[in-house]
Amino acid sequence: MALSRQDVAKVGLLAKLALSGDDLDRMTGELSKIVGFVSQLEELDTAGVAPLAHPLDTQNVFRDDVPKPSLTTAEALQSAPRHDGSCFLVPAVLGESGAA
Amino acid sequence: MQPLELTAVDLVTAIRQGDISAVQVAEAFLNRIARADGAINAFLHVNRDAALTQAADIDARRKAGKPLGPLAGLPVAVKDALCTADQPTTCASKMLAGYRPPYDAHVVARLRQADAVLVGKTNMDEFAMGGSNENSAFGPVHNPWDLSRAPGGSSGGSAACVAADMAPVAIGSDTGGSIRQPAGLCGITGLKPTYGRVSRRGLVAFASSLDQIGPMARSAADAALIMETIAGHDPGDATSLTDEVPQYTSMLEKPLTGLRIGRVAEHFGPGLDPEVAHGVEEAFAAFKAAGATIHDVALPHAKYGIATYYIVAPCEASSNLARYDGAHYGHRAEPGKGHRAEPGKGHRAEPAAAFESPLVEMYCRSRAEGFGPEVKRRIMLGTYALSSGYYDAYYAKALRVRRLIRQDYLDAFGQVDLIGGPVSPTPAFPLGEKTNDPLAMYLVDMYTVGTNLAGIGGISFPCGFTKGGLPIGFQLQGPALSEPLLLRATDRYQRLTEWHRRRPQVTV
Repeated sequence: MALSRQDVAKVGLLAKLALSGDDLDRMTGELSKIVGFVSQLEELDTAGVAPLAHPLDTQNVFRDDVPKPSLTTAEALQSAPRHDGSCFLVPAVLGESGAA
Repeated sequence: MQPLELTAVDLVTAIRQGDISAVQVAEAFLNRIARADGAINAFLHVNRDAALTQAADIDARRKAGKPLGPLAGLPVAVKDALCTADQPTTCASKMLAGYRPPYDAHVVARLRQADAVLVGKTNMDEFAMGGSNENSAFGPVHNPWDLSRAPGGSSGGSAACVAADMAPVAIGSDTGGSIRQPAGLCGITGLKPTYGRVSRRGLVAFASSLDQIGPMARSAADAALIMETIAGHDPGDATSLTDEVPQYTSMLEKPLTGLRIGRVAEHFGPGLDPEVAHGVEEAFAAFKAAGATIHDVALPHAKYGIATYYIVAPCEASSNLARYDGAHYGHRAEPGKGHRAEPGKGHRAEPAAAFESPLVEMYCRSRAEGFGPEVKRRIMLGTYALSSGYYDAYYAKALRVRRLIRQDYLDAFGQVDLIGGPVSPTPAFPLGEKTNDPLAMYLVDMYTVGTNLAGIGGISFPCGFTKGGLPIGFQLQGPALSEPLLLRATDRYQRLTEWHRRRPQVTV
C-alpha cells in the first residue's frame, strides 16, 4: 500500500507537524513500507470478531465526588512557555497578527 | 560490606539492622554512577544532593527509633517517563527538556512513602518509542556488556544502570516489551505486570491501553520486593485494579513440582539466533529438572502481533501526544523564525504550508522542532490509520485481531500455567545497526508485544550467554494477575542457576 506525497502532507496537517520537503520525501517512503507491512492483517477473516480496544473488561468507574484542591494557578503556569501570571499566552487564534 | 554487591533484599535488611548506613549505601551507588555513567549514559539526571539528604534523614530516624518504610535506604533509579516533582521529567525528548511536573507519579509517591532513595532519572527511547534506546534526544545508552552495542529499549537506561551496578533496582515501563527486552539484552530481571496492576498515573502516556510500569532488578526476589510497594489500586487511575496486592516476597518458597510450562513452536522459527535458541532450550531443561513439565501450545495469531501492535500503539500515541502543543508546557517554536532545518542536511525550501492561523502555525512548528524522527513517524502513522476512510481498514481491523490474540492466550492458559520462550530474536545488536530501517527495529518486539495486547503478565531474565559474552534472555508469560507465579518460577530458576549473578566488566 503506497502513500502519496500528498497523502503524507495532509496527514502532517492533521497531526499538526510542520514537515519540510525532505521530511515529506522520507516519510512517504517509510510510511508506505510500514503501512504495507501492517496490511498483512487483511488476510485474516475477522468477520464476527468484536473489536478489543482495551484488555480489561472495562466499565465506567465511579468515585465519590469529594472536593479537593486542584493545581494552583502558579503551579499550572510553572512550565508555560509564555504566560501573564494568570493566563497562558498564545499567538492569534484567528487572523494574521497579534502573536503573543 | 560492599553495597554494590548486595541484593536489594539484603541491602534493605542491612540498613534496617544498622550493619550499614543509608548514607553509605547512597554514596556507594552515586560514586559508581559518577565513575561509570560517562561510558554508559544511563542517567539523564542524577539526584545526588537530594538522595544524600534523604538517606541522612533515614539514618537519623532509624537511630531515633522512628518507624521506617519497607524500602528504607534502598537506592532506586526511575525511568524518565515517570513524573517527579523534584527532578526534571523529559521522556528523553527535546519537547520536554527541563520540564518539571507539578506532581509525583503514583509509583514515585509510593516509593517515597516506602523510604526508597531516588537516585536519578534514567535514559530511554524518546516517549518510550523504540527498542534500542537510540531514539533518545540525549544520546544512546551503551550496553554494559559491550559498549558498542545497544542496551535495548525503551527502558534502556533502567536496564543498563542495574546491570552496571549503578542502582540495585530501577523502575521501567513496558508498552510492547520495553521492560523485558532491555532486561534480556542487559542480563537482568524485568517484570511487566498485568495491565492495571500498577497505577499509570503520572507515567507520561504513550499507548494507554498497553502501558504498564514494572520493576527491573538483579533477581526475581528483588523485583518481588519492589512490587509490594508499587502495585495496588490508585483512585487516580481508573484502569488500576482493585484486587488485593499479594505478599510477593513470601510466596517464593513453593517448589515448581507440577508446574505446566507451554512451549510455542512458532517461537523457534526463522529469525531466531541459534545461540539464543540454544540458551532458551537449556532453560526449558532446567525448569524440567526443577519439577515443571513442558507442553506444546499454540498461539496461532501471534505472527500478527507486530502488525497489530504497530497500528494500535501509534493510534493511541497520536492521540496522547496531541497534548504537546507548545502552549501549556514543553517546547514552543520562536515566532517568525519558522521551522528551521539543521544546516548542512540538505533541506530544501517547501512552499509555505497554508496554516489556518498563527496559533496553528505555532503548534505545527513547535511539534516539528520538539519531536524526534521516530515519534513523528508514529504520530503520522497513527493519524493516518485513524483518519477518515482508513479507520476501519486499520484501527478497527487491528482491534479485532487483538481480540483473537488475547483469545489465543486464554485458550493456552487453559492447558498450561505459564508460557516460556525467547525475549528477543537476537542478543544485543550493535548501535546503529537498525537505525535506518524502522521496520527492522519493530521486529525486535516480536516475542513481547502479545503480552501487552492481551493485558497479561510477563517476566524476562538471563538464561545464558553467547560465546561473545552477551546475555541471552528467557521470557515467561502468565495469565492476568499471575505475578506471584511468574516471580516464583523465576526465583526457583535463579536458585538453581548462576546466570543472573554475572556482572559485566565495565572499564571506567
